[in-house]
Amino acid sequence: MDATRQTLDARGLNCPLPILRTRKSLGAMAAGETLQVLATDPGSVKDMESFCAQTGNELVSSGQEDGQFVFLIRKA
Amino acid sequence: MSANPHIPVSDPAALDDWFDRRFEEKMAAREADHVPSMTLIATKGTLDMAYPPFILASTAAALGWDVSVFFTFYGLALLKKELDLKVTPLGNPAMPLKLPSGPAWLRDHELNIPTALMAAVPGFEGLATTLMKKTLGNKGVAAIEELRELCVEADVKLVACQMTVDLFGWEKEDFIPGVSDWVGAASFLPTALKADVNLFV
Repeated sequence: MDATRQTLDARGLNCPLPILRTRKSLGAMAAGETLQVLATDPGSVKDMESFCAQTGNELVSSGQEDGQFVFLIRKA
Repeated sequence: MSANPHIPVSDPAALDDWFDRRFEEKMAAREADHVPSMTLIATKGTLDMAYPPFILASTAAALGWDVSVFFTFYGLALLKKELDLKVTPLGNPAMPLKLPSGPAWLRDHELNIPTALMAAVPGFEGLATTLMKKTLGNKGVAAIEELRELCVEADVKLVACQMTVDLFGWEKEDFIPGVSDWVGAASFLPTALKADVNLFV
């Protein structure tokens, strides 16, 4: 388990909030730290890919667990 | 710095090749360094039309873009300190009418109310606004105030049309402190000229 990992609960939030909250959380983190984001918005899957591609952050993993989407992002 | 400093000036064919390579390299470097930019002109002041400018601007800013939004005419109302945005089904025949509260079977059903009836009932606009706000809340969609605040935090330039302020007899104090500038079209257009994406709402 990554000791520096933070979790952002974006469940119940719809576009564009998951991305905006992710950006805010990453802003407060140091390079190399990882952020776990939980979301229920199905649009967030593509959004997270796009966000990471555009901002240069690494989308370590993107999956589904117990009906929610779980993303792991490493800050560039 | 070119790895090969030997520029073949005396050999036209080789010079062409060298130039093509260097040109590709330069263009690729320029594209890699380019920060995408967007300008958006917001001209509407209703609750439903407030969403596109703020969602697009905040999302573009989240992607690292440079964003400027010009608020003019009714759009200027979106920058007021006290927001009192309404939505009307009149003139919005595409608006799906589903009730946000009540039993599940009712909430799922799209009501088919003729526009003429909506226009005739006083207070319908207020009712539609209340129901729309409840629907937005139910679905976890941010309120306009929150999206606007996120835009300010993300350094989106919220530009107010000075002409509109004068036209409607408003004062600068009526607006949020986050307004970055008070200008006219001639000042905003050069920004739009350089932007990659220009939208009109």
